[in-house]
Amino acid sequence: MPGATPRPFGDGFDEVADEIELSMRDRNLPVDSAVEKIVVDRGEITFHVRREHLLEFARMLRDEPALRFEMCMGVNGVHYPDDQDRELHACYPFLSVTHNRRIRVEVSVPDSDPHIPSIVSIYPSNDWHERETWDFFGIVFDGHPGLTRIEMPDDWVGHPQRKDYPLGGIPVEYKGATIPAPDNRRAYN
Amino acid sequence: MADVTYTTTATPGEGEDIYAGSYETTEGTIYNLSGGDWDTIEVAPEGEKERLIVNMGPQHPSTHGVLRLILELDGESVTEVRCGIGYLHTGIEKNLEFRSWVQGVTFVTRMDYLSPFFNEAAYVLGVEKLLGIEEQIPERANVIRVMMMELNRVSSHLVALATGGMELGALTAMTFGFRERELVLDLFEMVTGLRMNSAFFRPGGVAQDLPPDAVQTIRETLPLLKKRMKDTTDMLVDNAIWMGRTVDVGYLDLQGCMALGITGPVLRSTGLPHDLRKSQPYCGYETYEFDIPTQTTCDAYGRFLIRIAEMQESLKIVEQCLDRLQPGPVMVEDKKIAWPAQLAIGADGQGNSTDHIKHIMSQSMEALIHHFKLVTEGFTVPPGQVYSAVESPRGELGAHVVSAGGTRPYRVHFRDPSFNNLQATAAMSEGSMVSDVVAAVASIDPVMGGVDR
Repeated sequence: MPGATPRPFGDGFDEVADEIELSMRDRNLPVDSAVEKIVVDRGEITFHVRREHLLEFARMLRDEPALRFEMCMGVNGVHYPDDQDRELHACYPFLSVTHNRRIRVEVSVPDSDPHIPSIVSIYPSNDWHERETWDFFGIVFDGHPGLTRIEMPDDWVGHPQRKDYPLGGIPVEYKGATIPAPDNRRAYN
Repeated sequence: MADVTYTTTATPGEGEDIYAGSYETTEGTIYNLSGGDWDTIEVAPEGEKERLIVNMGPQHPSTHGVLRLILELDGESVTEVRCGIGYLHTGIEKNLEFRSWVQGVTFVTRMDYLSPFFNEAAYVLGVEKLLGIEEQIPERANVIRVMMMELNRVSSHLVALATGGMELGALTAMTFGFRERELVLDLFEMVTGLRMNSAFFRPGGVAQDLPPDAVQTIRETLPLLKKRMKDTTDMLVDNAIWMGRTVDVGYLDLQGCMALGITGPVLRSTGLPHDLRKSQPYCGYETYEFDIPTQTTCDAYGRFLIRIAEMQESLKIVEQCLDRLQPGPVMVEDKKIAWPAQLAIGADGQGNSTDHIKHIMSQSMEALIHHFKLVTEGFTVPPGQVYSAVESPRGELGAHVVSAGGTRPYRVHFRDPSFNNLQATAAMSEGSMVSDVVAAVASIDPVMGGVDR
């Protein structure tokens, strides 16, 4: 995956990064330790935020007039089993209608301690999205009003979107030849 | 709730129904009803609050598919609403991780089955962004994409009116809506071969060029579509019964929409002209002339008017597309990405172009190897992640596409507008009548295939 991007970012991203840095200083958020790195890639900017500061960071995104990210478009998990102690990533796309801007906030947590503070108290729209991410990845959103499964049945065991969870499926016989299940077919990766 | 205890008698007493019995909790007696036993149920003791919890759905004609609404009722008014979803979860996102990038289109088109072209668009725009080939998409492919998406918006809104009308008892609206939609589906069938779930957009362009008589047929269909759409809207716009059921029903103001992340017609019914086709254009939308209809009523009737106006605007865009269609390629030039074959209709109604087969089977060994590699293995996509959003008929449809550098997606997540907007059900309908819940849900227009994916 692309690593941290040095300044200048270009594409108008310096502006939003500056405003975020200024607002963080206003709110006594430690700029260096709260934001691990900033990645600008393919016309999108990603702020990697440490979970300890996520709540304050999200509140700042919503409330600061210069930022005004009115909407959080949910949260989505990605499982990187090889990323030591940062196996589970949660990506939050934010949209500012006022400034017509998008940013992504990414929070990484270890598989052994999959806790992230819930931002439902700031962005109520994330209620179902956090439930979905819990359901599929097992990330626990602390402070969520009712963190239950949403897509899978309540008594389901496991979190299906994780990479260590098999796809399943059975081989199919067609005209005498046997075609293996999709997860057993040849991969070229 | 922790202090509530439940005690049930181990063996039912004489004359007691084992399936529809009652049990004591510290909150009072709870009666289970299974139908037909109303006479045998005792009325709740005087002075105690009577609460009735009703499951509406998942199999219910007015829940728009397999949506389950858990309603807490006080008489005829609703005090609490919860949605139960997941009945149509098919694991599409997981399946995508085991197929090539091109095969992914066939899966995502089945998510929100009423707007398949938008699912495809969000996905292929994401893949193209990862590949860095957005600028190389041929003009003709973009025009065809816009045309198909706008025709799809019309067909999707027609179903919204049709099923919404049916749920409120306007059955003629349903027959009219589905009849008009059929005209659009016939166009889809002519262009892509399939009425729904076409898998027509591909990373790099579209699967094949328009058939020779397509422009002519679409041009001839548009006036009929307009005329019939007018019949449908005339029937409902000033209809006293329709207005009685929808005006001031399902109220959600701008603040509520922002907090709940609502987009699409529901957001535009609060007066905010937010539309990604204007604010963050893709596929060349900035070059088309169209308006963003808004209303300020924040209610179900306003959303209905917006859908009607949006259909008119969509037809305007389709006309502009027809005017600017110029001959040219419909797939990127890069042979490492472009699907090698064009499709052609053989004697059996399907197949690859005979010219292409002749070329790879008898003229060029390299072309055969290339074809084989690209079709079985697929192309690789450089590592990275993107979020590509399109304005679907229901709001912002976003695809978060992650590549680890392989020939298969590492992770694809769809932020479906139906999924997000359904969260507004409680805010729209708590405190209203049971019948207004139906109108509110219909005005959100959720598609469960998209909600559950």
